[in-house]
Amino acid sequence: MQTIDLAATTLRELNAALQGQTASTNQTEWEILNPRGAHALAVGLDAPIEVTVRGSTGYYCAGMNKQATVRITGSAGPGVAENMMSGTVVIDGDASQYAGATGRGGLLVIKGNASSRCGISMKGIDIVVHGSIGHMSAFMAQKGNLVVLGDAGDGLGDSLYEARLFVRGAVKGLGADCVEKEMRPEHLEILRDLLARAEADASPEEFRRYGSARSLYHFRVDNASAY
Amino acid sequence: MCGIVGLFLKNEALRPRLGDMLTDMLVTMTDRGPDSAGIAIYGDAADGLKMTVQSDDPGTAFAGLAEALSATVGKDVSVRVLDTHAVLTLPEAGEADARALLAGRGIRVMGSGHAMEIFKEVGLPRDVAARFGLRAMGGSHGIGHTRMATESAVTTLGAHPFSTGADQCLVHNGSLSNHNAVRRTLSYRGIHTETENDTEVAACYITARLADGASLGQALESALDDLDGFYTFVVGTRTGFGVVRDPIACKPAVMAETPEYVAFGSEYRALVGLPGIEAARVWEPEPATVYFWER
Repeated sequence: MQTIDLAATTLRELNAALQGQTASTNQTEWEILNPRGAHALAVGLDAPIEVTVRGSTGYYCAGMNKQATVRITGSAGPGVAENMMSGTVVIDGDASQYAGATGRGGLLVIKGNASSRCGISMKGIDIVVHGSIGHMSAFMAQKGNLVVLGDAGDGLGDSLYEARLFVRGAVKGLGADCVEKEMRPEHLEILRDLLARAEADASPEEFRRYGSARSLYHFRVDNASAY
Repeated sequence: MCGIVGLFLKNEALRPRLGDMLTDMLVTMTDRGPDSAGIAIYGDAADGLKMTVQSDDPGTAFAGLAEALSATVGKDVSVRVLDTHAVLTLPEAGEADARALLAGRGIRVMGSGHAMEIFKEVGLPRDVAARFGLRAMGGSHGIGHTRMATESAVTTLGAHPFSTGADQCLVHNGSLSNHNAVRRTLSYRGIHTETENDTEVAACYITARLADGASLGQALESALDDLDGFYTFVVGTRTGFGVVRDPIACKPAVMAETPEYVAFGSEYRALVGLPGIEAARVWEPEPATVYFWER
């Protein structure tokens, strides 16, 4: 176990050390102490390492992650796991706005609540939120799965493309072109797998599925003058 | 951008440490707003009216000010000079005469009330705090602001907090889009702003609502209907402390509460030095939701 104390090490040195790990590294376990809400912690990782951040983080923790598993024992500030490519990010507490934004792959697990714009423009990432999510989540979401065990705020899935949204609790309001859809066996399988990987104690049958009505993103000649 | 900090003490024993804790919070928010900084702090109630005044030439402006004010008001007026600011304590009946004298000398009134003192200047938060000796100040609650200017010039008067009513102050992260319309509406009621700044309009709006008899909570509720744009506001009154975010809630906000205090920060970073933060309830205030505490 490699331990880095941010009371004694600069953020730049920490990120350089983590980004310097390769696929063959034998330093596979890292612990970061005293994050104190710092920005851009453990960003741009690209190795199969496990990083535990003991405390709460500021903006953009674990952004652009590839391969690595990053666990935050506290809460995360805005933009956690933004543009994640692969790997896993787990937040034991809450996540601030736009968690997992634009993510292309990997799994983001938020054990608490996520605030507004969770999964905005997601492009293949899977996000599981044990609590609730705020307004305008999954705005223009293109691909991937957003699973919410609690409630969803207003404007869920506005201008949605092909991402799948699964919500167990109440949805305050659906955004433009987002509709409830039939839950088919293959969706239950996707859900079962994601819930298990996210250590979520819930049954797939308790969820409703939402997706795009596909009326906004196809070209319609009636709208030609608007382009 | 801009940074906001706020601290409302529930435990009286922490009062002597208020300025110290707020200074650390403020300095942590420097990279959100390095242009200017300010603080409103609610200390012990004065025997009379407290006025915080400012001059760009304090050496000249404040020389002999106590004697001149005492002669005008007819009673003793004390003047405590802190860098470019001075805190005057005078009998309430003398307020109008004192304001006339101050205006004649080109001295600006930053705020007045029974408990509130307000200090703001252009410069890095660390330097501004040091110039006013903020660390040594005690009190029951206070709010601070680090400014990255967008809507108006970087000047002392453009810095936050804005105080537009007795013991009232407001700080703002964001920008208002309908401030000119609201400014015009307020002017019909005889409420005039001193600057072109959007935040001053919000402060005047809250002051007008409070003058109408609204509670702090009601005033903040109606702000959600009447003020358009991006905002996280933190508002102080003599006995209260309130927070509201616009419905879009782009501007960040984190709150923490323990049996000892309620704290606000634009980011969690601002709160990490507070005593007992590890055990505090920490949450992000909901959009379009009013939070306030009164003692």
